[in-house]
Amino acid sequence: MARSANAKPLPLLALSVGFIVIWLIAAAFPFIWTTWGSFKVEPDFFSRSDWTNAITGTQTIRQTGAPFTGAGYEGAWIQQEFWKSVINTAIVTLSVVVISLTLGTLGGYALARSGYRYTFWILIAALIFRAMPHVTLVSGYLLPFFELGIWGYLPTTIIVLVAINQPFTLWMLHSFFLSIPKDLDESAMVDGCTRFQAFRLAVIPVMWPGVVTTGLFSFLLAYNDFTVTSMLLTQENQTMVPKISSFLGSTQAEGKVMYAVAAVVSAIAPLFVLVLFFQRQIVSGLTAGAVKG
Amino acid sequence: MPHKTFLAFILPSLIVMLLFVALPIASVVYQSLFIEHEQIMTEVENCGPFGCTVERRVDSQAMEALRSEQPAGRFNGLGTYFNSGHLAFERIGQIWDRTETWGDFIDQVMNLPFYKALIFTLAYTFIVTPCVIVLGFFIALGVNAIPGLIKGPVIFFSLLPMIVTPLIGSLVLYWMIDSRGIIGSALQVIFNDPTLSLKASPTLTWVTLFVYGIWHSAPFAFVVFYAGLQGVPRDTMESAMVDGASRWERVRFVTIPYLLPLATFIALMQLMDNFRVFEPIVGFSAEANATSLSYLIYSDLRGSDSPLFASAAATSVLTTIGVIILLMPVLIRTWRDFNRKA
Repeated sequence: MARSANAKPLPLLALSVGFIVIWLIAAAFPFIWTTWGSFKVEPDFFSRSDWTNAITGTQTIRQTGAPFTGAGYEGAWIQQEFWKSVINTAIVTLSVVVISLTLGTLGGYALARSGYRYTFWILIAALIFRAMPHVTLVSGYLLPFFELGIWGYLPTTIIVLVAINQPFTLWMLHSFFLSIPKDLDESAMVDGCTRFQAFRLAVIPVMWPGVVTTGLFSFLLAYNDFTVTSMLLTQENQTMVPKISSFLGSTQAEGKVMYAVAAVVSAIAPLFVLVLFFQRQIVSGLTAGAVKG
Repeated sequence: MPHKTFLAFILPSLIVMLLFVALPIASVVYQSLFIEHEQIMTEVENCGPFGCTVERRVDSQAMEALRSEQPAGRFNGLGTYFNSGHLAFERIGQIWDRTETWGDFIDQVMNLPFYKALIFTLAYTFIVTPCVIVLGFFIALGVNAIPGLIKGPVIFFSLLPMIVTPLIGSLVLYWMIDSRGIIGSALQVIFNDPTLSLKASPTLTWVTLFVYGIWHSAPFAFVVFYAGLQGVPRDTMESAMVDGASRWERVRFVTIPYLLPLATFIALMQLMDNFRVFEPIVGFSAEANATSLSYLIYSDLRGSDSPLFASAAATSVLTTIGVIILLMPVLIRTWRDFNRKA
């Protein structure tokens, strides 16, 4: 019934479908194109003569004998030791997610259950911290870290990323815990639990949807960070994103830009998988703040 | 919840934030009041076959000792804030005296590094944010209208520009707009100008960065609006239909007012994120034509042989002030809401 009343006139339908198609091309084509191009040689992907070379792979066939080549990946992963950065990224992101969720659930739970005025000030301070450009914080760390001799190590970077992530985690989990009925843990306390036991036995079993969503965003922050990791890590401890940016300086001159292209595609692939599996959680996480605040 | 329990729960989180967010802000303020030590010179006599010459050299040993004693440098007060690399009031005064027209004045002020960065940052923030909201809204309307079966894949691809690392996303586009890349060569054909390059002129670089910013953030606005559209009250919509509202009037008088609070939320998040624009400038190698406040700090810390802590710190403090001014309306509103509730 509602459907027939909502049926659109044909021109409007065509317009909106056309618009969505254009948007989809704009959103997806760059990634598809770069993934495709990463299996070609440089004169194809950056073709001076004819852009269709990138599709047909004319130069790739001439140079390697096949229309696709893994030379870029081999150069990046083995020659330039990109695999080391991948391991570093895995360590950093995993630690950041685990630590910031642990701290964040405890803090967010307390903020949601305490009725005192100071919770407001903590949340406001967190909002201001959330807005701080990361590079201003980094310029505050650099000198003290040099002095203390803790600059350049992975644990330093992990704890810094946890701290930068904390305001967002607190806000997210605070609003998530508000949506869990108070009665749940309060009845547990009436039954004789302490506050912490009530949290452990009554709240933890039902909090996983909110924690998973928040964890996804912590993961993205740590994985996507360039500012902190590029300034606080030594060359050998670099994670993927600063490693890719250092490729640009050193390899572009040597005509090895395809290494950077291959590394970029390698770094996008996990994100692609992440969206594929967690699309629903990402969407609900993005909207959680909007609907509640 | 009693104070003690509250503290026990929130303490770890609070300590981390105090140590690594609040303390660095204090450290930045402190560092900005100091400046690098002056070079300590010693005179060394070089005697060769053609007589002796006296040479002045930097006494590295004494410098080392001084640096370890006072790592932040020597006290400089607010000097760094007013030098030509930052607020440059003296230079602005000179330019004011020298120039005849407003256009000239603005042109010359734009050449001062701090103002150049500030103007780009503000332009980026206030151009990208509204465009993101508008584009996101139309994508949400469009996606809402398509059949349910293909919605999933459409949302999947729409999320990609936002999820992908900003630096990597900008590199992907940078390679495509290269004059040998697909978009770059397509533009050359369209405008029939084989020398056209998006990297060469400042205006085109700015436009490229704005387009990147919109592309990167539109999915966020889209997702929020799309979720909002699911909750537009059916009754209001139907009564508007009964009253004979056209399709556009229904969007204008029912949907948009309903989504307005969401638009405020998106605007707030976008203002915060766009004000710290940084990665695209690195990704697009645009620093010659466009720098942001964040980029200025980065280049002070990375650019020269030894990091310019004082200069970076002064820019950081000015940026922080900018953030607070930007957030002021929100803070005041939250304060009022909270008081009303209490």
